Amino acid sequence: MSQQSQSQTQSAPHPQSALAGYDTGGFFDELVLQGGQSRPDSTALINLINGLAPGELFRRQNAIEKALYQMGITFTVYSDDAGTEKIMPFDILPRIVPSILWRHIDAGLRQRIKALNMFLSDIYSKQEIVNDGILPRELIDSAPTFLPQCMGLKPFNDVWCHVTGTDLVRDDTGAFYVLEDNLRCPSGASYVMQNRFLMKKNFPQAFQSSQVRPVNDYPARLYQMLREMAPPTVDDPKVVVLTPGMYNSAYYEHSFFAQQMGIELVEGRDLIVEKDFVYMRTTDGLQRVDMIYRRVDDIFLDPEVFRSDSMLGVAGLMRAYRAGNVSLANAPGTGVADDKVIYAYVPDMIEYYLGEKQILPNVPTYVCLREDEREHVLKNMDQLVIKAANESGGYGILIGPHATDAERKDFADQIRKNPRNFVAQPTLSLSRAPTVFGDKIEGRHVDLRPYILCGKDDVWVMPGGLTRVALRKGSLVVNSSQGGGSKDTWVSAEPGQTIAEV
Amino acid sequence: MLSRVAESIYWMSRQVERAENLARFLEVTHNLILDQPEDLVDPWAPLIQVTADQKKFDERFKVMDVESVTHFLAFDDTYSNSMISNLWHARENARSVRESLSSETFEQLNEFYYFVRDSAASASQLSHTDFFDSVRRFAIRWTGVLDSTMSRNMGWHFANVGRLLERADKTSRILDVKYFNILPQLDDVGTAVDDLQWSALLSAISGFEPYRSMHRLIRVPTVVEFFLFNSTFPRSVLFCIDGACESLLKIGSMSSDDSDHHALELACELQVRLSSADVDEVLDQGMHEFIDKTQTDINDIGIAMNQDFFHSAVTT
Repeated sequence: MSQQSQSQTQSAPHPQSALAGYDTGGFFDELVLQGGQSRPDSTALINLINGLAPGELFRRQNAIEKALYQMGITFTVYSDDAGTEKIMPFDILPRIVPSILWRHIDAGLRQRIKALNMFLSDIYSKQEIVNDGILPRELIDSAPTFLPQCMGLKPFNDVWCHVTGTDLVRDDTGAFYVLEDNLRCPSGASYVMQNRFLMKKNFPQAFQSSQVRPVNDYPARLYQMLREMAPPTVDDPKVVVLTPGMYNSAYYEHSFFAQQMGIELVEGRDLIVEKDFVYMRTTDGLQRVDMIYRRVDDIFLDPEVFRSDSMLGVAGLMRAYRAGNVSLANAPGTGVADDKVIYAYVPDMIEYYLGEKQILPNVPTYVCLREDEREHVLKNMDQLVIKAANESGGYGILIGPHATDAERKDFADQIRKNPRNFVAQPTLSLSRAPTVFGDKIEGRHVDLRPYILCGKDDVWVMPGGLTRVALRKGSLVVNSSQGGGSKDTWVSAEPGQTIAEV
Repeated sequence: MLSRVAESIYWMSRQVERAENLARFLEVTHNLILDQPEDLVDPWAPLIQVTADQKKFDERFKVMDVESVTHFLAFDDTYSNSMISNLWHARENARSVRESLSSETFEQLNEFYYFVRDSAASASQLSHTDFFDSVRRFAIRWTGVLDSTMSRNMGWHFANVGRLLERADKTSRILDVKYFNILPQLDDVGTAVDDLQWSALLSAISGFEPYRSMHRLIRVPTVVEFFLFNSTFPRSVLFCIDGACESLLKIGSMSSDDSDHHALELACELQVRLSSADVDEVLDQGMHEFIDKTQTDINDIGIAMNQDFFHSAVTT
C-alpha cells in the first residue's frame, strides 16, 4: 500500500451518495471493505464518489458512452445482423490494485510466460516434456491447436508469445488465480488505452491523488518489441499489423494500434510472397515486410499450409517464415498451450522447465481425461464450471450452479463421449467491484487481463490491464460478446515508480 | 502507401463529395420552387434523369415530387447512390483505413453519417431547409478537418484528387441540368424570375457572392464561364482540375517508381482544354456537348487512377 493513501482520511458517505447502502454481499470487493469503508488505496476515489452531487455519476457515465460512440470505438457483434457495431460498455468506476499485490502478479506472470515459451520450443522440437512423462502424449496428439506444420520452427530468441493477455480472477479471500493464458492474439489492450484516456478526462483529481502507474506507453513498447524481434539481419525493419479486415470483431483495435505505432495496417490481399520474402502492394510497387504483428488466426495464415480456403491469409507466408525472412508475432502454433486441458499442466511446466514453484496459482482444475477426476466432475456438476478445451469468448462453458438439468445432462453426455475435451473447475465466487447503474452503485463480478510483452531479453508486464465486468446481476461471464463491460484498472505506484500524468 | 489504402481514401473522399453535391442539387431545387411561378417547368424530373437511375426511381415511386425525389436521393438506403448510401460507403471506406487518417477526420465523418442516418429516421418531421443547411455545414467542416489535421502526405493527395474530380463532375452537372431547366423559357431571359433562378443556381455551388463581386450583372455567358472556367473559385471546374493536377504531380514526385502516370497526363490535357476554351464559342457549339465531353474526360482520369495506383478492378 502506498504512503500517500495512508495519510488520507475517509469521509463518511453522504446519505444521498450513490454508495450509501452499498452492500458487498459477502463477496470480496475490490474497492470497499465489509461494512462500507474504503480499502486504503481506494480512499481518494471513494471520497470523490461520496462528495458528488446526486446524478453526477450518471451524467458522467452518459457523457463517456456518447464520446465512445462518436469516436467510433466499437466492436462488431457476430450474432446480430451482419456488421452491427456496439460500443463496449464502459463503467466509470475504476478498479484499484495495490502496489504490493501488483508486485506479486508481475512476478507470477513473468515466470509463467517464460515457462510457456520454453514449453512451445520444446513441444515443436524434441518434446522432452512428453518423453519424460510429465505431459501425456495423447493430449498433444489430440489437441486441434497443436499444429504439426510448426514442428521444427525456431522463432528468434525462442519467443513464441510476443503478446499475451492473461486472464486473472480473485476468489472470496482476494487471492489471485490464473484463469486462462490467451496466447493467440489476445485483444482488448486498445480498450485499456481508451478507458484510461476517458478516466483522466473525467476524474482528474481522483486520478492524480491515487498515484496511478501509466499504461499509455504500451503502443510504443509494443512497436519497440516488434522491431527488435524482426529478423536480425534487417537494419531498419518494416513492421505491419495484419488484420482479417474491418468486419472482424476486434478491427477497431487493429487499426488503433497501427495508427498509434504509425505503421501500415494490412490485409492478406495486400501481401504477396515472392522467393520466400514477403512484400506489400503499394502505389509505388512492392515493398518488403519484415515483421508481421498478425491478428489473423493460425489456421487462416497461409492457405498453402493451413486452411486452403482461407481468404484472409497470404500464400507462401509460412515458407518465408521458415526461411527466417519474416517474423510473426505471435508465432503460429501457440494455441496448443491455450488448450484448457494443457492449461492444467502449466504448474508442472514451471517446475519442469524452471525448477520453480508457481507464483500465481492455476484455478484448481479437474481433467476429465483422468478417470477418477471425471467421475468426480460427473457427480458434482451442479457445483462446477465445466469448460470445453478449445472454445473462447465465453462459449462452450457450463456454469453448473446456474444451469438447468437439461443443460447439465447435455454436458455430461458430451463429457462421456469425449472426455479429452473437458475440464472442470470449482465455481469461484469471483471478486466484485462497485459498478454504476443509473443513480445506483451495485457490486458486479470482475476479472483482470494484464498484457505481457516478450522482447529479446526482457519481459514487460503492463501495470494495469483490462478489468472486465459482468454487467448482468449475479453473472460470472465477463466476455464482451456476452454482456460484459470494462473498467479502467489503476495500479498504485510504489515510491520511486513512475506515476501517470493527467 | 498501400494500394488498397490509397484507393479507399480516394473513394471515401469522392463519396463524401458526392453526398454533399446531392444535397446541393436538392437544396437548389427546393429554393427554385420557392422562387418560381407555379406553372414553370417541373424541376424534379431532371434531378432523377441526371442520375441515370430513372428505372430504380420508378420501381419505388409513382409520382415525382418534392417528397419522393428528396427521399430517393437523400434518404433511401436501398438506392446505392443516395446521400445516405454514399455516406455509409464513405464511412466504411474510412473505417477500413482509419489508421491512415487523422482521428478527427474519422470522427467528423462518423458524426456526419449519424446525422444523416438519424435525419432519415425522422424524415417526415424534418425541415428541409434546416436539414440541407446542416448538411452543408457538415460538409464544410469535413473539408476543414481533412485539410487542417492531415499531413500533406500521399493519403491527403489521394483524398484531394478524389474530392476534386468528383466536384468538377458535379459542378458541371449542376450547370447542365439547370441550364436546361431555366433556359428554355426564352421569354424569361432578363426578367426578375430569371435572375432569381440563376442566383439560386450560383448558390448551389456557394458561388453567389464571389460571382457578384466579380461580375455583378447576371448574364448567361459569365455564369457559364464562372461555373466552368474560373481559376479562382474553389468549385469551378477549371479550379478543381488545376488542383487535381497539382496533387497528381505531388503523388508522382513522392513515388520512387518512375513508371508513367497516365492520370496526370490526362488531367493536364483537360486543364489545357478548359483554360484555353472560349465561353461564347462553347455556347455557340452547344454547352451540353462540351460538358458531356468534359465529364467523359474526368471519368477517364478516374480509370487511369485505377491503372496507375490502385491496380484493382474498376469501381464506379
